[in-house]
Amino acid sequence: MTVTARPKLAVWKFASCDGCQLTLLDCEDELLPLSEHVDIAHFLEASSAVVEGPYDVSLVEGSVTTQDDVERIHRIREQSGMLITIGACANAGGVQALRNFADVQEFRSVVYARPQYVATLAESTPISAHVRVDLELPGCPIDRRQLIGVLTALLAGRRPGLPVHSVCQECKLRGTTCVTVAQGIPCLGPVTRAGCGALCPAYGRGCYGCFGPMAKPNTDAMVASLRSLGMSPADVARVFRTFHAAKPEFRAAAEQGERR
Amino acid sequence: MSHRNDRSLRVGALARVEGEGAMHVRVDGATVTDVQLRIYEPPRFFEAFLRGRGHLEPPDITARICGICPVAYQMSACLAIEDACGVRVSEPVAELRRLLYCGEWVASHALHVYLLHAPDFLGYPGVVEMARSHRDAVERGLALKKAGNAILELVGGRAIHPINVRVGGFYHAPSPDELRALARDTLRPALDHALATVDWVAGFPFPDFTVDHELLALTDPDRYPIDRGEPRTSAGRSFRVRDFEHHIVETQAAHSTALHAGLAGAGKYLTGPLARYTLNHAALSPPARRAATAAGLGERCDNPFRSIVVRAVEMVHALDEALRIIEAYEPPAPPHLAVPPRAGIGYGATEAPRGTLFHRYELDAAGTVVSARIVPPTAQNQPSIEDDLRRYVQDRLDLDDERLTSQCEQAIRNYDPCISCATHFLDLTVERR
Repeated sequence: MTVTARPKLAVWKFASCDGCQLTLLDCEDELLPLSEHVDIAHFLEASSAVVEGPYDVSLVEGSVTTQDDVERIHRIREQSGMLITIGACANAGGVQALRNFADVQEFRSVVYARPQYVATLAESTPISAHVRVDLELPGCPIDRRQLIGVLTALLAGRRPGLPVHSVCQECKLRGTTCVTVAQGIPCLGPVTRAGCGALCPAYGRGCYGCFGPMAKPNTDAMVASLRSLGMSPADVARVFRTFHAAKPEFRAAAEQGERR
Repeated sequence: MSHRNDRSLRVGALARVEGEGAMHVRVDGATVTDVQLRIYEPPRFFEAFLRGRGHLEPPDITARICGICPVAYQMSACLAIEDACGVRVSEPVAELRRLLYCGEWVASHALHVYLLHAPDFLGYPGVVEMARSHRDAVERGLALKKAGNAILELVGGRAIHPINVRVGGFYHAPSPDELRALARDTLRPALDHALATVDWVAGFPFPDFTVDHELLALTDPDRYPIDRGEPRTSAGRSFRVRDFEHHIVETQAAHSTALHAGLAGAGKYLTGPLARYTLNHAALSPPARRAATAAGLGERCDNPFRSIVVRAVEMVHALDEALRIIEAYEPPAPPHLAVPPRAGIGYGATEAPRGTLFHRYELDAAGTVVSARIVPPTAQNQPSIEDDLRRYVQDRLDLDDERLTSQCEQAIRNYDPCISCATHFLDLTVERR
């Protein structure tokens, strides 16, 4: 990517809770300085002023769930130098990808009295299922420090680096006693990608995998550990089938959990 | 602009709201014949996929309905599940929940007041542009937002989708020292910022426009409602939370993926800051009450444009309340109660920043969710918003399309619509013929 003097940033939304784009507005100390270095050209949640593309960087939140979405993400890709997906919905289909394991027609009739008014696709899919993605920022929601780190790297003309190791290493760095070893609490930390700062164990809770799978997770051993800590096959399947249900590693782990 | 009697206006996506939607106004001659708040945010089917989940899962799952008010979802879900299982949390746990919720009120209201709504009154497209001439005000707003988030981060673990909330209480209780440092270093200065915010927004120009909707909010005998209370309306209707489905009826319109709610036998109504203030202003903390009076708010507030003043007053209240809770804080021991499952139906309602949020869950004996129902504030307000816009546009047909459009967008933002919630945004079209 060629970074111009004041690069143009766009923020786009698909099916989501708005939390990942809110993370940008949650950078209270950095927002105004950032706006001096970056032209926030398209960010509807924050401004009605819209600058036409092309854009140097597009941040894309949300998953693809309608035919309109499919067409829109292609138009966004064409206008974007670098396309970064932000969060579990954009990276993996999000919690709404639970429909992928069910009959969406039935889902529609449970929520809506007149399901024919509601247009939707059978599956909630990640952005990468439709267009090339240059970088995935993990998390449900994404981490503010990682977001600032990525934007800073891009402004400096560096390729941003994101950890692909597990939450376990963050616990060690933080000095948190292992909740599984010390208290027998089931924890997805060994297979979950770092980035949150190992929040849940620091609060005495097992990681629930909201940053998605780390690189090459040993989900076999994870499933065995969860079972030995007393979780039922159905519990194990559900814990992998929540916010990253459609990520291949967690999808396989859920199926494996069900079989045991 | 085309001829007055036969013109149509189409505008791109409406900005500075949470979620995606459209506004369609049809004008035949000199009469507004139809107003549709078209919510096209795609549905995500939460009520459907909650079925089959365990009874401890709804707080984390329903938080993902909304990144702006996840605590509201967590709190209503906890109350409903605890109701189904026959558990009532201890008062110290309830106080810590209320503290967390105060953080969300401050963060959400500061976002709306400063970043989404104030630019309308001062004539800017967004906060970055507004900051060029109003740097001090914007920095004050960001400091307030950060203070709200600081409560969420300390008590909840993080500001968006907090991780420390569980059915029965919390995973971990913060230490008194941590909370008192937060109060001293962050919340006391933020209270001054909130008082300055009330003064600032009270001086904005407000159009002369009032509504007479039935107003609905939770009420609590001794307290301004946040984390609990009983639903009451300005027409004197009151009911138990567990009876909400008899009183609030949802219907579906072809133009929206959000269900529309109405009061049984009465139709449209309004929930949110105007309703909370009108039904509960006597319960505001003394500094919030004084600030409201100085800002010219009386017994009721029925001008939706002045909702920005009510939000500012509610920030004063929430910060004052947070300081009160921290002052008296002792860590709840244990931080949570066990909530064993049992078959039953449970109901919960709390005051999200945008209005009353109802949850209902039906559980089987093993705690598996059999059915779920979630009634968010924006779905409840949608018919009233449409009705207000019809009247608002009717009185302003002499404006040109550009000004009419921007005033309509501002009128929509009065309600701080959270469309991600309602479907579980807006592009605006005015069709004149």
